Amino acid sequence: MSGYQNIFTQLQVRGPVYEGMPLPKGSWKRVGTPFYSHLAGLIGDAQIGPIYLGWLGFASLICGFTAFEIIGLNMFASVNWSPVQFIRQLPWLALEPPPPAYGLRLPPLAQGGWWLMAGFFLTTSLLLWWLRMYRRARALGMGTHIAWAFAAAIWLYLVLGFIRPVLMGSWGEAVPFGIFPHLDWTAAFSLRYGNLFYNPFHMLSIVFLYGSTLLFAMHAATILAVSRYGGEREIEQVIDRGTAAERGAIFWRWTMGFNATFESIHRWAWWFAVLCPLAGGIGILLTGTVVDNWFLWAVKHGVAPAYPHVFGHIVDPNTTQGAAP
Amino acid sequence: MSFTLRVVLAVAAALGVVFLVETFQAPLVDNAQHGYRGVAMGQVSYKPAVKAQLAANQVPPPEDKQDPSGQPSSEVYQNVQVLKDLDSNEFLRLMSAVTTWVAPNEGCSYCHTDNLAEDTLYTKRVARRMFQMVARINGGWKAHVGATGVTCYTCHRGQAVPSNIWFDDKNSAMTHGLAQEGMGKDHPSYSGGLSSLPSDVFTPYLNETKDVRVISTAALPGEDRHSIKQTEWTYGLMMHISSALGVNCTYCHNSRAFADWDQSTPQRVTAWYGIRMVRDLNDNFLDPLASTFPKTRLGPLGDGPKLNCATCHAGANKPLLGVSMLQDYPELNGAGEAAVVPPPSTPTQ
Repeated sequence: MSGYQNIFTQLQVRGPVYEGMPLPKGSWKRVGTPFYSHLAGLIGDAQIGPIYLGWLGFASLICGFTAFEIIGLNMFASVNWSPVQFIRQLPWLALEPPPPAYGLRLPPLAQGGWWLMAGFFLTTSLLLWWLRMYRRARALGMGTHIAWAFAAAIWLYLVLGFIRPVLMGSWGEAVPFGIFPHLDWTAAFSLRYGNLFYNPFHMLSIVFLYGSTLLFAMHAATILAVSRYGGEREIEQVIDRGTAAERGAIFWRWTMGFNATFESIHRWAWWFAVLCPLAGGIGILLTGTVVDNWFLWAVKHGVAPAYPHVFGHIVDPNTTQGAAP
Repeated sequence: MSFTLRVVLAVAAALGVVFLVETFQAPLVDNAQHGYRGVAMGQVSYKPAVKAQLAANQVPPPEDKQDPSGQPSSEVYQNVQVLKDLDSNEFLRLMSAVTTWVAPNEGCSYCHTDNLAEDTLYTKRVARRMFQMVARINGGWKAHVGATGVTCYTCHRGQAVPSNIWFDDKNSAMTHGLAQEGMGKDHPSYSGGLSSLPSDVFTPYLNETKDVRVISTAALPGEDRHSIKQTEWTYGLMMHISSALGVNCTYCHNSRAFADWDQSTPQRVTAWYGIRMVRDLNDNFLDPLASTFPKTRLGPLGDGPKLNCATCHAGANKPLLGVSMLQDYPELNGAGEAAVVPPPSTPTQ
């Protein structure tokens, strides 16, 4: 019985390595000689490779590398090409969007032009990679669910870095490329627009984010718990419900009265994951374009409650001292 | 498990312990309510830090009281331009106090030559201006310092140059040429609590009068064109105040609506006057002194030393934890110096 209670996969099936199904005419050759890895087998399939790169993958990598270099070299320049400082300060370094004064015009390279260029190449890279995922799924005769889930993430990325800045009329509204800088930007974004927590689409996005982790934990735990009855063979159980599926279902009906099925749980998970960036992107898109201060908006619509003034009423000194910054 | 794997795991565990110990502080955090219950208005304090702060903010004992001589300082001493009406014995008492506050090792000769009346040393000329500044603070900026007031010791703490001062810094390390120009941010910001926020938030807000307010005052979009980039500068200033005072945001703000005064605490009003006070002191006292200082006292770009919130506060929400040294030296309260330095007519700028 304890044989089922393991962190790592216990069984590794070994046979001749498999190239995959034949590729249609005009395809690129697959890259790399496939081999077996015991370590990979502990957490997944033991076979590594081959990879199908294709021209979409190739172009995507080139564009991604270009963006990576533009960002990295500008960061390197910002510490005066000091390798030590580059490593020490790396989390703080950034490539910034242009100052707001440029609006949507093309700024000089040193004034955000590099940012625009890096954004172009990164976006192209992501879109090519998306197309590659779509095409590979089609080549395998699969549905395109993975590509559309990825598209949801790309939607949020595009809203933050392209669609919203265009609607606001300023590249300066976009996110810098940098580890800490993009986090500080996020906090500043929420501050400027009066607290994003009062944005209902931000609320929804959080629901789907945390909901996704909850669903993932519930589903994975259920499957692991019934794997002793063959429950990890989920697809078989969808068509021919066995004792594993029955036990999992009964467990949830006993504990909360309702259960997803072996099939529907994956729709639950897919929609929760996809709705997180979809709702989040809508929330970002509305900020500054449709709503300028989410807290005041929430007060206006009766969402934000008022609390007693334990310090009495505090008056803005500007209003008593005359206007000043 | 193989031997190698065990060794690797042991090393990883040891590194993990080092990481945990180095990264996190022991859970000795207190949280005091500072606002209506249940709205996350709390002041977080860390016991070992509080203990260290107590030790670092001990106030020196006051000088012994002197019997008045009956003669004002200006009649007994020559070239007295400040504190002229102060009794000459009180004047001498104050001088010895100032020596222990500012130049305990160098003594009188830090500012004076053998002829006490001479203005030869720059230190004396600076010290005179500093007396006028103290008068301005205690007399003109009661809205910030209250009756507690300040003395030389509030900033100097036994040092000729206070610890927390600042100079202009335009990040001269940036490469020029094709690469992106520095935007004053995206390096470890010591004023901004080690964030990537702008490093020099002092020049725009504590030297110049740039717009601090960036949060929209209307629910729906209108004329407000404040950008996210501007917000990062204000955010940086707020982080400076937070770290200079050793407080969190909720000491002044209700974090659900940072801009709303009516949900703020009274401390926010005090801080508002503090920002204006520092501007006044930098613009009217410190900046003009740049030509008096020798080169060694100037910053890399040739400007004089300037002050910010940390200069007095030094990590405490009230400098010297609220102990008033002014009570022992009432001559510094600025009342008698009103003619020398009129208090600012409008404290807003």
